[in-house]
Amino acid sequence: MVDEKYKVKDYYPTIGIECHVQLKTKTKLFSSVSNEAIDAEPNTLVNHICFGLPGALPVLNEEAVRLASKAAFALGTTPQKFSKFDRKHYFYPDLPKGYQISQFDEPIILDGSIVIHLEDGSQKTINITRAHMEEDAGKSTHPSGEDFSLVDLNRAGTPLLEIVSEPEIHSSAEAKAYAKELWLRMKYAGVSDVDLYHGNMRFDVNVSVSKDSQKFGTRTETKNLNSFKSVERAVDYEIERQIKALEKGEKIVQETRGWLDDKQKTVSQRSKEDAHDYRYFPDPDIPPIVLSDEYIAEIKKSVQRMPEEIREELSEAGIAKATIEALMESSGNEDYVGLVIEAQKDGNKFAAFVANFIVNDYFKLISDSRTQTNGAESLNKLPGIKVFSDVFELFSSNDISSNSVVMILFKFSQGTTGSVNDFVDKNNLRQMSNSGEIEKIVDQVIIDNPKPVEDVKNGEMKAIGFLVGQVMKASQGKANPGLAKDLIKKKIGV
Amino acid sequence: MSIWPSINDIAKDVKSGKTTALEQVEKSLKQIADKDADFNSVLWLCEERAKQRANEIDQKVNNGEEPGRLAGVPFIAKDNYLVFGAQTTAASNMLKGFEAPYQSTAIEKLEAEGAICVAKANLDAFAHGGSTENSDFGVTKNPHDKTRVAGGSSGGSAAAVALDLAPFAMGSDTGGSIRQPASFCGIVGYKPTYGLVSRSGVVAMASSTDVLGPLTRSVEDSALLLDVVSGKDSLDGTTIDRDEKSYLDFDEDSVKGKKIGIIKEYFGEGVDEGVESSVREAIKKLEDAGAKVEEISLPSLPLALAVYYVVVPAELSSNLSRHDGQRYQYSALGSNSLDESYENSRTQGFGMEAKRRIMIGTHVLSSGYYDAYYKKAQTVRTKLINEFKQAFEEYDFLVGPVIPTVAFKIGELNQHPLSMYLQDIMTVAVSLAGLPAVSLPCGESEGMPVGLQIIAGQKKDRQLLSISKVFEEIN
Repeated sequence: MVDEKYKVKDYYPTIGIECHVQLKTKTKLFSSVSNEAIDAEPNTLVNHICFGLPGALPVLNEEAVRLASKAAFALGTTPQKFSKFDRKHYFYPDLPKGYQISQFDEPIILDGSIVIHLEDGSQKTINITRAHMEEDAGKSTHPSGEDFSLVDLNRAGTPLLEIVSEPEIHSSAEAKAYAKELWLRMKYAGVSDVDLYHGNMRFDVNVSVSKDSQKFGTRTETKNLNSFKSVERAVDYEIERQIKALEKGEKIVQETRGWLDDKQKTVSQRSKEDAHDYRYFPDPDIPPIVLSDEYIAEIKKSVQRMPEEIREELSEAGIAKATIEALMESSGNEDYVGLVIEAQKDGNKFAAFVANFIVNDYFKLISDSRTQTNGAESLNKLPGIKVFSDVFELFSSNDISSNSVVMILFKFSQGTTGSVNDFVDKNNLRQMSNSGEIEKIVDQVIIDNPKPVEDVKNGEMKAIGFLVGQVMKASQGKANPGLAKDLIKKKIGV
Repeated sequence: MSIWPSINDIAKDVKSGKTTALEQVEKSLKQIADKDADFNSVLWLCEERAKQRANEIDQKVNNGEEPGRLAGVPFIAKDNYLVFGAQTTAASNMLKGFEAPYQSTAIEKLEAEGAICVAKANLDAFAHGGSTENSDFGVTKNPHDKTRVAGGSSGGSAAAVALDLAPFAMGSDTGGSIRQPASFCGIVGYKPTYGLVSRSGVVAMASSTDVLGPLTRSVEDSALLLDVVSGKDSLDGTTIDRDEKSYLDFDEDSVKGKKIGIIKEYFGEGVDEGVESSVREAIKKLEDAGAKVEEISLPSLPLALAVYYVVVPAELSSNLSRHDGQRYQYSALGSNSLDESYENSRTQGFGMEAKRRIMIGTHVLSSGYYDAYYKKAQTVRTKLINEFKQAFEEYDFLVGPVIPTVAFKIGELNQHPLSMYLQDIMTVAVSLAGLPAVSLPCGESEGMPVGLQIIAGQKKDRQLLSISKVFEEIN
């Protein structure tokens, strides 16, 4: 029964999502060839197993099993004690053996669930039907105007985890939130590099619409979406396209569709009517996977904080929701969340200080330096917790200004080393927080600027800014501006 | 009498300088040149590489280095083993001209001990058959009678050993392919426990029953070879640990006091009288040597053949999918589309028997038929495995013939696939259960050799070789 709130025109949309996650193993799922296909020349990461030579046998990469087992915990369940691999048969030039090794009826993960967080602040639980390991196929390209195709087998045999959701998603916003939540969980479980640009996670969306809230319509599957935005847009497009078609009295064809990012539309690729009989059967070359209770317990222990826990812990520190999400979603190589959680041991205020610097200032530094130096992001590296803690202490005791905070942390992000206190002294950043010293300067400024003082007295509060500026100037920027302002007001008597 | 001393003695003589590896290789090549023309047991020679390896081994001997336990011993490998120095075709046009870019683990292990592959032996194409008549490169004839088959699918390997072309040959056994030709040719054929020898680098037939093993002139030679080639392999996930003891470490009292079960289902209708009497006589000898012999029944055995001809075609239809004409060897040119290229390449590249088995296998895995065939066959297979397990709780060994007849005439059965399949009735059950079994020469019928099959429990290979050694001595 689909809730009324999801209704678009007269139709209830229903969406199920299949997501292929590339597991971050060093080598392929069934051979010892490197998995680092990003910069490799075509067909250089290929051995007799990837190439499907006679006599070549697959040997299961245990690291892939370990990562998939971790993923089970990230999906709110535990890995199955018994699972096995099956062969899925079809002929295609990028499938060297004539079958893909996958898990058919006994996958490593069954019955999970995750909570998704929508942009409007609401939450919803989506159930996971199953997730199974399988090897990727190679890559085929069909140069236009040529009478040949090209096959690159570098990717053939790359370990994937295919996560299948229940059809419990009913809007593009939910689809996007689901995709994002999966991405976060795979990231924080350390299961995948989650690099969307390089296809580490690919989403297939199954969309249908129905006038009857209790019945599904005919669905289409739009494959290979590699961004949250394209998931959202493809779902929207399909809902609208299907409703339009139905309104015109047409029937929806069950088919596979592709997403054209430049045109922002889906197009038909293949009708399900020429669907294969894959002739699945247990792969006799690969013994079943049997996980012991000890193994599962050890995996469970190794799984780090999941997004739900991070949200909860950081919220307690008073960090804004948007800041938390920004910290978690950041795609850099650094463990921002880990740093903030470490800071939290020294108090919530300190944690918030670190979090705000990272999200409000550091991310900007990174993106600025990227545009300036063409992607030299590696020049920046967050300083250690000690530097943060020294800076935070100086700031809390009014010894340095908020401008100096950012400046110091930037310098330390870009290679400055040594003690923060020495740096502050060397660069004359220490504020005048001694009210006696500032008072003397304030007195002089009031004497030197009778006109603005009059203006203030007459209620022109803007003039206070000018007077504060004069105090800052006279103190060579070292006066604490807040303190100066308070003193001026007190002296003038407003 | 064989012109070859035992494998151990050849290696000893090479190491002591009494002979050289090159002499041994040349002797083998000469044997092949002189004797094989009429029999066609050998398909391709590895002459150049064999001589080069012989020189390397002789160099080692001269330098006082250890050349290995099989130093300078020439051998012939079934042509489904990937070996450097000659093409690997599995006797099929589909792979004609295929030069292996890597070697099978078994060959690597043999070479590491100094053995030298001199030639590749004929087989039924892709090991599909029991007579070597399905070879795309001609039938292998029986050394005892040229009008008869040598058996199969390791028919070339068995005939080569019987012809004395080399001291030993390597074969593969999926449903009897080592034991049956060994029986037909009157030599020792050893099928190890499933998983004891890596299958890596051998053209696959059926993954769950394929086992590699030696064909030799003596039990001791087989034991030595098993000792070299067995053990876990990082290139084959189904391999198991080998016996902690050497396979040459024969048990004392391997017969006396042991309980031997005569498999009831393997005698009776359909078994040649001559075969039965030879085998019964052989069993009597074991009894005389102190074994306790009784008849035993395994009620599911008559179903084994049906199970085998569902499970094995299913697996091989899948394993043969990679031969699609797109990456290596036979590829039909002039096709108008990808689908046509697949269809033409496979239609032209595969022979009749491969096509027949691919069709059976594809059918039994098809949606709607899977439960009725493949799944049911696996259920019966489990039942069969359990019956064997039970039997081995009570008995140390089971015995029977290898095959109901002696070697049949060339052309006698190859127009009748079903009659041909029936020949496998006594060997396939052991394969389905993954048990070790041996075929030992035990007598003659119609002037042709007869083999005794001894079967042991899983991983009881050393015990099986021990009793075989005793039988060889008392026979």
